Formats: sequence, structure tokens, C-alpha cells
Amino acid sequence: MAEPRRRSGIRGNEAAAGWLFVAPAVLILGLFLVLPIGMALWVSVSGWNGQGSPFAAGVPYVGADNYAELFLDDGLTRENFMISLRNNLYYVAVAVPAQTLLALALALVVNQRFLKATSFFRTAFYFPSVTSSVAISVVFLFLFANSGAVNALLAMVGISGPAWFADPRGLLHLILDGLGLVDLTAPPAALTGGGPFGLSWWEWLAGPSVAMSTIIMLVVWTTSGTFMLIFLAALQDVPVQVEEASLIDGANAWQRVRHVTLPMVKPALFLVITLGLIGTWQVFDQIYVMSQGKPANTTLTPAYLSYRTAFTDFSYGTGAAISFVLFLIIVVMTLLQRWIMRDRDEPRPRRRWWPRRRSTP
Amino acid sequence: MTPPGRRRGGPRAIVGVFLGYAILVFFALVFLYPFVIQAASSFKTEADAAAHPLSPVPDPFTTAAFAKIFDSTAFPVWIGNSILVTLLITAGRVFLDSLAGYALARLSFRGRGAVTAMIVAVMAVPGVVLLIPKFLVLNQLGIYNTYAALVLPLLVDAAGVFIMRQFFLSVPPSLEEAARMDGAGVFRTYWSVILPMARPALITLTILSFQASWNEFPHTVVAVQSPQLFTLPRGIANLVSGSLGAGTQYPLKLGAALLATIPVAIIFVIFQRYFVRGAAEGGSKE
Repeated sequence: MAEPRRRSGIRGNEAAAGWLFVAPAVLILGLFLVLPIGMALWVSVSGWNGQGSPFAAGVPYVGADNYAELFLDDGLTRENFMISLRNNLYYVAVAVPAQTLLALALALVVNQRFLKATSFFRTAFYFPSVTSSVAISVVFLFLFANSGAVNALLAMVGISGPAWFADPRGLLHLILDGLGLVDLTAPPAALTGGGPFGLSWWEWLAGPSVAMSTIIMLVVWTTSGTFMLIFLAALQDVPVQVEEASLIDGANAWQRVRHVTLPMVKPALFLVITLGLIGTWQVFDQIYVMSQGKPANTTLTPAYLSYRTAFTDFSYGTGAAISFVLFLIIVVMTLLQRWIMRDRDEPRPRRRWWPRRRSTP
Repeated sequence: MTPPGRRRGGPRAIVGVFLGYAILVFFALVFLYPFVIQAASSFKTEADAAAHPLSPVPDPFTTAAFAKIFDSTAFPVWIGNSILVTLLITAGRVFLDSLAGYALARLSFRGRGAVTAMIVAVMAVPGVVLLIPKFLVLNQLGIYNTYAALVLPLLVDAAGVFIMRQFFLSVPPSLEEAARMDGAGVFRTYWSVILPMARPALITLTILSFQASWNEFPHTVVAVQSPQLFTLPRGIANLVSGSLGAGTQYPLKLGAALLATIPVAIIFVIFQRYFVRGAAEGGSKE
């Protein structure tokens, strides 16, 4: 290959070298990412029980049975799957806004030019993002233990903290109960009577459990540093002249954030939200280390459920089917992100689909 | 929130500065104090850790937890495995990702567009839905529960290929054209002309690969099951959630987690700007 050739040979040489260069990458990605998806697709429509090869002659084809079990058939499988979807929905609904707002707020403060040593703080906020999810989960198990740091802090202000990881009560239930609208010990019959997909309305409306909220806090804590960096990169693109012009126009601090800064970071905002939507549907490590779905299945997520269904219940078909439903959910989120990124990369047709910014008064 | 250069030192400016620092210091505590508690508690006795969870000072100071980590757990095995796996994966990714990235950016061959499209598509596949599929393929290949299962599937990552491709696209082609005119082959041009110029991108890739493979957890769950093949995250997860996790033993668990965090922390402090660049470039990687 390294032999000197006449110039006419370079192109042909290049084609061979090109394939040789990409061959290892194509082979590994194909073998361990593309092929497995095809295999899992077959397993998700099969009744394979983990014995022998899923492609052996005796493995039955069951059609959409595994999927039907998740959505249609009344039973424990559907109940667990629906509970996991509910848990993850609440998890997404709380974690994504929380991490986005925290990241934006941190970026706005770190970006202030009149503050010194902001690079130290930027580093500090980002550090949790680069550490091992397992190691961090261990730390949070200790922080939120019954006699842990968080309850010690709460005790200082006279609050007796909950037994975080053992508490399956839903936050929404607790709030409704606190407002006197419902009684936790005797939930209204209208809600417990029935509901979609085999879960009662009362169960759908539980909100994230106390145990789940510790995992939400953990994830917000570890992701907001990365998202802060994305916001910072966008903020640093805001031209100084624009800021100065708004100053001369006499805009106050809030008006400047609202009418100058926010419109400029809008693409970053959409990026962070979609990355958050993709990431929060994939929560697995923290559940595995901290709760394994307990207490009372309130920290069960589809990702963990698919793992558990396959590797501890040996229902590989159902586990694979859960994976594909989750895949579909995340693909929708990813397509949303791609669409947004494209809008961001090509400045010309941008701002077509979000409200046009009104000119500053 | 105070205009730079104007009204500096006025009462409103002082309030703004004070408020700004108050927010920064508060959040620095929120983000860093858990690590202080972790480090301190791993040098505490169990009773002290439970009684004074907030205290940054162990009283009495003891290294009993660490002695126990090395004596009564398989920690040394996990560290050995983690180092081996991390070195192999990092070396593989740096070499193979840059090789593929270069070909996709610079060499013209039939199917280049298709390969690029595949890389981009693969980047979008969420890792967590691949758990069962990966197990299936490892099982089918007969390498489940081996070092090969831990290393091979992670030897190339699509995001790394993409980062390198983007980098090589930004390098002016004049240099390599000169080298090629002089008769150097494709690989030699790549190896001795292009790669030396790619140092910053290669450092970024090395750091990201090191961090990702050192911290990798879900893949180890579906790749191996023998404790002899556990890496640090897998071993610690087992320590915490398995039967060994019964009882509190917080100094021990926190100490083990601390030891797993230190290498990444050191690399982070030294190569901070490369991490920042990685976060900004590969926004789609978690």
C-alpha cells in the first residue's frame, strides 16, 4: 500500500485504502449494533426462553403476542409495563424542566462578566457530569439514607425527613392529600374504579414517588452541568454590541434576559430539552444500583423492566418487545432533535416554526 | 446583571456582585459537597458515618474501610479488569475511529456516503435499548462472559468516528496532496502527515474514550456474569445492590466509589478544556 505509484494509480489505491480504513469500524458497528437489532426484532416476535439459540428450529414464532401482552392482555405483564411507563412519564415531566431551568440559570450567572473566578464555578458545576453513574448513585444512597446528610439537613430546620428509598407514596397524591382534596387512606371510588390499560385513574395520577424523586434529583444534579456548557456556548455567541445597545435603550436586567438573551439561546434551549427527553427515557444505571424498581414498583422504568423481564424472568420475547417500544419512543424524540439541529445548522430558514420574536420595545 | 464599566462600585452593583457570588457559592456547595461527604465518610467508622453524615471531618480517622475493600472484596480484580478494558477500548477507539473518520472525510471510495449515513444512524440508537440485542449477539457468537465480550463491542464508537470526520474535513487538503505527490502511500500520508496535525482532536477523543470506558456500566451487565470479569462499576453495583449490600457498610461502599472516581477526577482536572470541547461538540452523547 505504501508503494510509490504513478499518479494514475492513486485513485484506485485510494478506493481500496478507503474501504480498508473503514472496515474495522463498519464490522464492529455492524456486528454489535446493527445485527443485534435485527436479532432482537426476531426475538420480540418469538417465544424464546433463553435456552440454546433463538434461531434454532424449535423456537416458536408468536407474531405480535409479546406486544399484545404489553398493551392489550389483562395481566401482570401489562400492569408492570404501564406502571413503568407512568413512572417514566412523571420522571421526564419533572426532570427535564428542572435540569433545563437549572442549567440555564447557572449559565446566566456564570456568564456575568462582572463576576470573577467563574471558570472555577463552571468546573465545579460540570464535575458531577463526568463521574461514574454507579459511583454517584452510591453517594446519593448515602445522602438520602434514613440517617443521611439530607435528613440531617432537614432536621436542622425542624423537618423530619422521609425514609426516601422506602417511600412509595406518589407526590401528586401527597399534594392532593395535603390540600384536603382526597384522603390517601381512602382514595375516591370514582378514581379507583377503573382506568385505561388496566391501571386505575388513581394509580395513573400518583405522580413520581418519594423514592423516584431522589433519582430525579440525582439526575438533575448530574446532567445540568453538561447542559450549562451548551447554554454557555450559546450565550458567548451573543454579540456584545447587542447587549450594549439594549443597555443604551435603558432596558433593565429582566428585560435584557427576556428580550435579548432568551431569543439568542433559543436554539440551545430546544437542543437541551430534546437531549433531556432522549436521556430521561433511558434511565437504567441509577435504578439498577439504587432501587431495582422498588418500593412497590414506583421506580420501575421501561429500560429497567426490559432488562429484568429478560434476564431475571427469562421472558426474552417480552423483554425485547419492551425494548422496541422504548426504542420507538426515543426515536420520536431523536427525530425531533435532528429536526431542531438542522434548523440550527442552517441559519437561513430558521425561526420558521417557533413564534417570531417581537421587536424589543 | 450590572452593566460592565458603568456605575461600577455603585450600591446596585455591589448588591449584584454579592448576589452573584452567593448563588455561585451555594451551587458550588450543592455540586461539590457530596464529594466532600463521600471522601470524609470513607475514612469514618460506621457509627460516625451514621451519626454525623454531614461532617467533613472523620472522628476518629480510620482507614479500616479501605483495608476491608482490599481484603474482603474482589476490588483488586475489578481494578485490574477496569484498567485492562479501559486501555484496550481507548487504544482501539483512538486508532479505529480516526482511521475511519479520515477515510470518510478524505478518501473517495464507492459506498462512502452509505457508510457515513450508517455511522450517523447508529449514533442515534439509544444504548439502553441495545441491552438485550447485545446479549443475543454475544451469546450467539459464543463470547458471552469473556474479556472479548467486554471489549470488542466497544472498540469503535460512532460518535468518535463522527468527531474525527468533522475534524479532518476542517484540515486544508494541501499538505497531504503534497505528501502524496512525493509518492507517499495513503496510509503513510495518514500516519506521518495527517495524524500529527490532528493532535487536539486525538486528545479529545482519548479523554472521552477513557472516561466512557472507565465509567461504562450497562454494557458489562449484559456482557459478563462471572465476578472474575467484573469491572469497577459492575463490581461496585454488585457490592451495593447484591446480597453484599445488606447492612449499611457506608464507609466501605463510599470508599470503593471514591477509588473508582479518582482516575476520572484527575484526568478531568488536568484536561478540563478537552472535556468542555467534547461536551460542546458531541452534544448528543450523554
